[in-house]
Amino acid sequence: MTAAPVLLLCLLLLLAAAGAFAGRWPAPFGIAIARLVHGGCAAVSAGFALLAILALATGGMAPVLLPFGPPWAPLSLGLDALSAWFLLLLGLAGLAAGLFALEREVAVPPRRLLPWPLFLAGMALTLLAADAFTLLLGFELMSLASWALVASSPADAEARAAARQYLGFALFAAACLVPAVGLMGGLAGDLSFAGLRAAPPQGWAAVAVLALVLAGAGAKAGLVPLHGWLPLAHPVAPGPVSALLSGVMTKVALYVMARLLLDLGGLGQPLWWGVPLMVMGAASAVLGALRAGQERDTKVLLACSTIEHVGLVTLGLGLAATLRAADLGPLAALAAAAALLHALAHGLFKTLLFLVAAEVQHAAGSRRLDSLGALVHAMPAVALCALVGAAAAAALPPLSGFAGEWLLLQALLGAWRVGELGFQVLVAACTALAALAAALGAAAMLRFWGLAFLGRPRGPRTLGAQDAPPLVRAALAGLAGLAVLIGLLPGPLLMLGAGAIGALSGHPGLPEAAPLSVSPSVQGADYAPLPLAVLLGLLGAGLVWLCRRLSPQPARRGPAWDGGFQAPPPHLPFGDPATQPGADGFAQPLRRMLGGRLLAAHEAVHRPPPGDTAPARLESGFHDPLPGRLLAPLVALRERLSVAAERLRDLSLRRLLMLGFGTLVLLLLLLALLPGGGAR
Amino acid sequence: MLFPAIVTQLLHAALLLALAPLLVGVVRWLKARLLGRRGAHPFQPWRDLRKLLRKQPVLAEGASPVTAAAPYVALAATLAAALMVPGFARGMALAPMGDLILIGGLLAVSRFALALAGMDAGTAFGGLGAAREMSFASLAEPAFVLAVMVLAMLAGTTSLDGIGAVLQEGAVGLRVSLGLALLALLAVALAENGRLPVDNPATHLELTMVHEAMLLEASGRHLALWEMQGALRLALWLALLAAVFLPFGTAPAEAGPLGWLLGLAAWALKLGLLAVALAVFETAIAKMRVFRVPEFLGAALLLALLGVVLLFLSTGLA
Repeated sequence: MTAAPVLLLCLLLLLAAAGAFAGRWPAPFGIAIARLVHGGCAAVSAGFALLAILALATGGMAPVLLPFGPPWAPLSLGLDALSAWFLLLLGLAGLAAGLFALEREVAVPPRRLLPWPLFLAGMALTLLAADAFTLLLGFELMSLASWALVASSPADAEARAAARQYLGFALFAAACLVPAVGLMGGLAGDLSFAGLRAAPPQGWAAVAVLALVLAGAGAKAGLVPLHGWLPLAHPVAPGPVSALLSGVMTKVALYVMARLLLDLGGLGQPLWWGVPLMVMGAASAVLGALRAGQERDTKVLLACSTIEHVGLVTLGLGLAATLRAADLGPLAALAAAAALLHALAHGLFKTLLFLVAAEVQHAAGSRRLDSLGALVHAMPAVALCALVGAAAAAALPPLSGFAGEWLLLQALLGAWRVGELGFQVLVAACTALAALAAALGAAAMLRFWGLAFLGRPRGPRTLGAQDAPPLVRAALAGLAGLAVLIGLLPGPLLMLGAGAIGALSGHPGLPEAAPLSVSPSVQGADYAPLPLAVLLGLLGAGLVWLCRRLSPQPARRGPAWDGGFQAPPPHLPFGDPATQPGADGFAQPLRRMLGGRLLAAHEAVHRPPPGDTAPARLESGFHDPLPGRLLAPLVALRERLSVAAERLRDLSLRRLLMLGFGTLVLLLLLLALLPGGGAR
Repeated sequence: MLFPAIVTQLLHAALLLALAPLLVGVVRWLKARLLGRRGAHPFQPWRDLRKLLRKQPVLAEGASPVTAAAPYVALAATLAAALMVPGFARGMALAPMGDLILIGGLLAVSRFALALAGMDAGTAFGGLGAAREMSFASLAEPAFVLAVMVLAMLAGTTSLDGIGAVLQEGAVGLRVSLGLALLALLAVALAENGRLPVDNPATHLELTMVHEAMLLEASGRHLALWEMQGALRLALWLALLAAVFLPFGTAPAEAGPLGWLLGLAAWALKLGLLAVALAVFETAIAKMRVFRVPEFLGAALLLALLGVVLLFLSTGLA
């Protein structure tokens, strides 16, 4: 078993090498190589999933040292329960995305075939790492490969700007994570997880580690206020890539955060250790959900919904850290279980929804909600899978999204036992925000599915759409089945993941998990999704039977009543488009109710003066003010720095010498003052 | 132990199905009386249902299978939630599943189905109603969850059965937080059921409607199912408020037929009281403008938050 991860990683590298040469060959061979790369990636992903299940069932695999790597930081691979949990997500999502790519991404430019296996390898290496150096190596490989994928899409100015911003945030994440790991390792330099766990950061170093990891991993995961790049970059990439970016890569960032802050550095930390995570998580959840309900582009909308769910997972992680610090082990385990379950569930249903968006773009030719509509008639299978995914994202029982949010709410409802009044008020606020985010997310998902698949067609192109081919349908149906399965069986799944819960919370597994139900405590309420599904099924079947008996007439078709509107004129075959709510119209109530402050939403009516025959216009819009506010000082700083550098060029020789000498003295002083620095 | 639980559950289901349209009829009749009209007979909703079931349903051109499937999904979810709310007896067969958050989730399922049905035909009013319904629900949700937090802190569980039992024992006593949670839950109940001042259940003007706007295209048995779903949702909320804030007289499932009869009398009295209160409130108040509703629900959220914070303070002092 120890050889399996190494073997799978090497296979990915071989596939990347094959992809690199695809461009050298004539077209038929190129396509065969593309098939080989995508199929190979899907197979390796399936291998990862099997390996993860095996590791979860058997308790994992001890770290093994690799025979290569720098002498001061030997590379090592391992697979404990926490890694295996996230590797399972990577395997399942990678398999589905690979199958989708096998159908839709065959005729891609070869520059995209090289980074795709490398991207998977980077994520897998991050998850399989058993020391912090390998972790960083994998994380950076993942960042760079995914940047190459984002930048390789057909280039327009917007896509290039998105790729540039993506690279900037990736570098920022690296610049934060490398010193954080350095601080954790200390001067002893033991970067293995066991060594780091034995000496969690203390005092000011702990504060610095917390801030750096939050900024580094938080930027990669898209937490507010570092979320600005995510809705720009995720939609630019091709379908399966953006599915993995949103579904899996954000989770890998959360894994790094959980690993560094909760597992390695979480022992014996003070009460406030999880508070920044909770605050950022709750803010991300609300802002992401609100934006998801406003965006007009399906992929941007889904990316914003990712911000929401990443926020909910982070809220659960922060809660687990604080509850662990307050010695409330079972409650901390509950919060950790909520975070883990929701991370897995979101990774899978978001992969499903992004693949659906890609398939819709392929079939109907657009990502804009205002050009879609009525696709349920043309592509019923895709519509059904999308409905399952959207309902799971909307946290409807008994699907997978609800199970995680139920556990999270139960943990929040019990967290007042910590006893500090300030923390209790924070918990109450987070509870209200989590509920608000869940409901806003439901409204956003309803808008997405309803506008894209229901109603009248908003453009003639949607009429020519065709349902997905078998391979794509299999990928979508598999993911939809998983969304149902995880929703129905959270108990067995969390029993399987007891080790991961223990790593995050210090409490061995969920306090009350049975095959059929989960519960926050012995006297607490139970959530039993499988019996619930049976009950719903029985009631629904009973109602259908009853209605068949009481009202046997078949339904008749007639023109829509629509409050008595006239039938549209013949030159409007789909009816008057103005009488069907569009993307902006459907978003209007929430934009007016909540968007004014949070999204700088504005509305203005322009009326022509009396006598003028021009039409009156209603203009409305919104933008997220946070990223701009974050980047504006940076731009100003760059200006100032460049001016200062210009001035340095004009210095006289005497001053230049002084500058060099002064720098040397400063560095020597630093060396002398650092603890232990003078001894060598 | 199991037998009385199942018997009470079946009785409860039958009672709910029979009583829900009657409750709607009673509220309508009371409102008419308060306004000085004679009003339709309280059995009128039942007669309407019978009439609708006899009629042939008409589907809009361009409607997908969603229109036909949504009413079954919504009614099944609402019925499942209603079965978990204790009525005349406590400890029914489905009570262990009856957690307040799950009940909120099941109501969200029926709301989702209703909004999808409204959007299916691609009409102006359906989409408008769906957008407004989901927006109101987004604002009602946090107030609901914070009110649940007050109850969960007092009872140590979110199970409705458990909360009712703890409050019936009276060990909790009268608390300001409980009153604030009651106010918040009342506001949420009014918004969720589309009652005044959030929505007018008796309106015929499409522009002022939220809930009815989504049903404009429904007819025949589909409309009957939707009407039943609305009635059942009202019954569910009244039963929920009764179970939490008027827990007196609820019989344990093992009490036997005589105890159940007493519980039944108490339950009928409580539901009647709440129906009268609803009718009086609705006659005394006017409908709000749509964009005033956030203030109404925001006030509910603040009241619930105040209740939670007061509870923190009192547990900190004790």
